[in-house]
Amino acid sequence: MGQQFDSATFGMWVFLLTEIMFFGGMFGAYTVYRSMYPEAFAATSNFMNPAFGAANTAVLIVSSLTMALAVRAAHLGQQKILQIMLVLTMIFGTAFLVIKGFEYHEHWVDMKVPLFPGHWAWDGPLAPPQFAHQAQILFCFYFFMTGFHAIHMVVGLGIMTTILLMARKGSFGPTYYTPVEVSGLYWHFVDIVWIFLFPLLYLIGHTKNLI
Amino acid sequence: MHPVTPVRTYVLIWLTLTILTFVTFYVSTINLGALNIVVALGIAFTKMMLVIWFFMHVRTDNPLTKLFVFAGFFWMAILLALTLGDYFSRAWMPLGKFW
Repeated sequence: MGQQFDSATFGMWVFLLTEIMFFGGMFGAYTVYRSMYPEAFAATSNFMNPAFGAANTAVLIVSSLTMALAVRAAHLGQQKILQIMLVLTMIFGTAFLVIKGFEYHEHWVDMKVPLFPGHWAWDGPLAPPQFAHQAQILFCFYFFMTGFHAIHMVVGLGIMTTILLMARKGSFGPTYYTPVEVSGLYWHFVDIVWIFLFPLLYLIGHTKNLI
Repeated sequence: MHPVTPVRTYVLIWLTLTILTFVTFYVSTINLGALNIVVALGIAFTKMMLVIWFFMHVRTDNPLTKLFVFAGFFWMAILLALTLGDYFSRAWMPLGKFW
């Protein structure tokens, strides 16, 4: 069983490293464009709401804690705690998506969705006219990166539902909790992506120093 | 199989991650010039290492998995370094204010 556990963990890491490459490519493209248009990116970041971003960071970190505790409970065979922790993880994961939804709605009302014709407007005192085109680049990065992250969250919630159903049947205990462990790896990975998205998307305009 | 990590360790890691989130938020409001991005990425990297090492149990994984995780990140570092090295060394691109 020990060897099976190690193989499953290793296999999950192989998958996660392909995910790292996937998100790494987007972070690389972001770096190139941000270094081309640093002032435009800083100005555009003023239209992000750091309160939403910070709240979501906090929610996701708590969900990682409950996930880690779920794995621990599965390992110790504490069925009740395992189920409670899985439900808490799902609640925090859903809270993240709800906050993200409110945020997307704000951008939609604010006319900051360059992907949809007719939902982009660049005006007001915070919007220097010379950045009208470049600002759309950051918002495209924002929607693609947070969008792919949100899709991963939805997938994660699906996985948690499956694990919860298995846990209710009493499938896990000290000798077998591999599915909980590898699902935890996935959940923590999605958390790590957000740890990088938060400062790079939300906190670059605050300084007003234009990098 | 991993040894069981005490709840206290997990809670301490969570506390550290939350404090680091506040720190990165606060530092972004101070103008440090080019250092802002260095601090932001440094804190994000520290948080990532904490999550990988403790929450993802790489701390107690076998040497093969440890090596593989390290190799994966090292490989991405190579890809990013070569890609960015290419872009940043092109004379016709309007770069230079970033660093």
